[in-house]
Amino acid sequence: MIRLTTPITEDQIRQLKVGDEVLLSGRVVLSRDMGHKYMKEQKPEWLKPILENMVIYHCGPVVRKNPDGSWSFVAAGPTTSIREEPYQADVIETYKVRGVIGKGGMGKKTSEGLQKTGAVYLHATGGAGSLLAERCKRVVDVKMLEEFGSPEAFWIIEVEDFPLVVTMDSHGGSLHEIVAQQSQERAKALMA
Amino acid sequence: MSECVVPTLTSNEVVASKSVLPAGWKADLSNLKGLDLTLPMLELLRRSTSRLPQDVIDALVKGRDAEEEGSRAFNTLNDMVRNIILADGNVSPLCQDTGTIIVWVRHPFGLSQRAAKQQIRAAVAEATKRSWLRPNCVEALSGKNTGTNMDPFHEGHPAVHFEEWDKPEVEIAVMQKGGGCENVGAQYRLPDAAIGAGRDIKGVRKCIIDAVVKAQGQGCSPGILGVAIGGDRVSSYEKSKELILRKLGTPNPDPKMDAFEKEITNDLNTLGIGPMGYGGNTTVLGVLVEEMYRHPASFYVSISYMCWSSRRGSITLKTNGEVSFD
Repeated sequence: MIRLTTPITEDQIRQLKVGDEVLLSGRVVLSRDMGHKYMKEQKPEWLKPILENMVIYHCGPVVRKNPDGSWSFVAAGPTTSIREEPYQADVIETYKVRGVIGKGGMGKKTSEGLQKTGAVYLHATGGAGSLLAERCKRVVDVKMLEEFGSPEAFWIIEVEDFPLVVTMDSHGGSLHEIVAQQSQERAKALMA
Repeated sequence: MSECVVPTLTSNEVVASKSVLPAGWKADLSNLKGLDLTLPMLELLRRSTSRLPQDVIDALVKGRDAEEEGSRAFNTLNDMVRNIILADGNVSPLCQDTGTIIVWVRHPFGLSQRAAKQQIRAAVAEATKRSWLRPNCVEALSGKNTGTNMDPFHEGHPAVHFEEWDKPEVEIAVMQKGGGCENVGAQYRLPDAAIGAGRDIKGVRKCIIDAVVKAQGQGCSPGILGVAIGGDRVSSYEKSKELILRKLGTPNPDPKMDAFEKEITNDLNTLGIGPMGYGGNTTVLGVLVEEMYRHPASFYVSISYMCWSSRRGSITLKTNGEVSFD
């Protein structure tokens, strides 16, 4: 088990390999469909200090507003990452992001972006909304809540021992590609 | 991390003690016009969002116990069981994607569907306010979130289906269908030259294998498949979704289809996709198939993919006023 705390250096990221299990702590920024389109098309400057050497989490949480005005995460597992494939590599490069958390894996373009900038794709267990919300310890801030709505906003949170598996590394490795290839071969045999 | 988690949920008594229905609440079916479904619907949502059906839990545990202890597949299924226990204990959503809310109401003659729809909508809005549901209803093009889960045109969300039946009871079934798994559903038109599928059961089998391989882990495997053979484009997809309400492990009433379901489930579990697409022996928890009728020119195979967190449930309001959940 490897423990990592954000911000993360390129050196730390380059040491990670497909299959490594990671417990992540520190600050993480949530963003999904609307956020990625916005980052690629408008490249807002204000996000640069927030995202540099940080980790993006593909997640649209269920949130609760507390009587004192603060926010809590009620359920917060990963959403399907492949929808961000057209945007992810550009976002990683523009903002020097070191990691992307999601589920289901991503494609060739993102893999090339991970190699170029020095970043990894970290897989969380989909559907484990309650379990993962327990590791989201504090909501630090939220941006674009009005514009995007709560599932799509940039939630800036602190996580503790967030359980992840490296499924795409910065050297071109991808567990998703291996499983896809093997299952396609097996399907061919089943359909013969 | 790898010890076997035992999936013990809170007792029925504890669940009942947390109910939004006041103690002794009774339905008065002698006055269908005065019947208010808001509270029973809210209680149904409270349970469906936080408490996974026992047959789904049993299938997940069976899958886990068939994986090599300590493997990534085993640990992932174990984490899923941990999540089930937590959500139930905390009455919090099992998954942050609380899905599209799909409701089926079966009722005797005399119930106002217009009033019932308003009451169901009120319950969904209240469940959203209580953070049991995520606001999942956005304008298609702008993406603007209504914040309440309400589609102002009363069409798309929540989706409510009504059917009048001969029984005196009122039954409401609900499904929370996540977006990730909805996106990997597929509809095939046979013959399909690309996958070599003809207009027979062998062709149907090829469609199912093709859809599961294309889905990989994206639909949060291990999935549950509803497969409708026949119908038109709409009725076929609709049936494929409704099929997911059937309990896993209950036999298909058609013995030939029952054998087919078992065989295709075993075949799919040799694909090696595994939980979350990490690799492993548990790719699907079950396949539920039904044959329909069709236009002679059309041959559709519609596949709805439900994630492992198959949130569904039903409530029955009986003539003696009793309320039962399943």
